[in-house]
Amino acid sequence: MAEVKDPDDGVQIDLISGERMDGLASMEKIRMILDGVRDGNIVILEEGLSPDEESRLIEVTMTEISPDEFNGIEIETYPKSQTADASILDRLMGKQSTQKLTVIGPANQIETLHKDETLISALVSRK
Amino acid sequence: MGLLTNLKDSISRAASTLFSEEDPKRIGIYGPPNAGKTTLANRIARDWTGDAVGPESHVPHETRRARRKENVEIERDGKKVTIDIVDTPGVTTKVDYTEFLEHDMEKDDAVRRSREATEGVAEAMHWLREDVDGVIYVLDSATDPFTQVNTMLIGIIESQDLPVLILANKIDLEESSVQRIRNAYPQHETIPLSALEGDNMDEVYDKIAEYFG
Ligand SMILES: Nc1nc2c(ncn2[C@@H]2O[C@H](COP(=O)(O)OP(=O)(O)O)[C@@H](O)[C@H]2O)c(=O)[nH]1
Ligand SMILES: [Mg+2]
Repeated sequence: MAEVKDPDDGVQIDLISGERMDGLASMEKIRMILDGVRDGNIVILEEGLSPDEESRLIEVTMTEISPDEFNGIEIETYPKSQTADASILDRLMGKQSTQKLTVIGPANQIETLHKDETLISALVSRK
Repeated sequence: MGLLTNLKDSISRAASTLFSEEDPKRIGIYGPPNAGKTTLANRIARDWTGDAVGPESHVPHETRRARRKENVEIERDGKKVTIDIVDTPGVTTKVDYTEFLEHDMEKDDAVRRSREATEGVAEAMHWLREDVDGVIYVLDSATDPFTQVNTMLIGIIESQDLPVLILANKIDLEESSVQRIRNAYPQHETIPLSALEGDNMDEVYDKIAEYFG
């Protein structure tokens, strides 16, 4: 990502476009997210991750948690639209049904205040 | 005569292992910490095999490694279904060892416990992608089911096309609301139960046989 300033100045937010993510392999996406989050940044993905990538993100996060250093992540996306038919259709057409804005941050710095189908409200604190 | 019956016996035994007894389906029990996964796994194991899977506890992350109970034979309507049940640690995206300190633990113990917990969750995610044939997703019906981890996990399970049964546990509690779970995940069947009290286990076993048999 861009040059990192002194974290005391504030909280860095990286907004990553779907276009940029499209060019990356799953593990590259996960690495990019975790590197950002471990630096204390909030990472916002325009198009989110596929279920398989989410599962790998959890797995890799777990292997990197270490006492007094990294507690893991907080991740929020809008809930998937609950029309089962549509998601089957999406899958048949080879489209990921998870193209939803996703916010990921360090667990000790981000707290979800409110969440529903259309709104995510989070409190971000400095380290 | 004896020889013939013996022969007949062994032929039919061989035939039954060859044809009717398929490999047991491996059923993973997933869900958030404290939902009652181990309590349920133990009840299923005790009801059908006579012994338990592992310790239950109000301290989160008591189950830190996936535990397996193999060849659990469940009989429904004269039919037998054989499953391996895998009790997993509760899936989470964060583990903070200092939370264990609140449960009267020394720092060393708390750190070890959280390390085991993270390994267990990583393993459970791996199992979900590679090694399970079906999922029982346990939720505490007295708490909000609409969390990021639940939504994400159920999405992951759906994307693998695994059969999934949602269990609304702890219906013995006053704050329990099964409807809240049905509303959150209307695309799946939700079965109410109390794993602790053993309420509605008959329906749970019927559904296990139906979904995973
Ligand atoms: N009231 C009530 N408590 C339950 C029920 N099932 C489990 N519990 C309790 O919930 C806590 C967590 O149970 P456990 O099986 O260890 O949860 P796990 O973390 O999902 O494996 C324990 O204190 C259990 O006794 C239930 O049906 N009703
Ligand atoms: Mg457990």
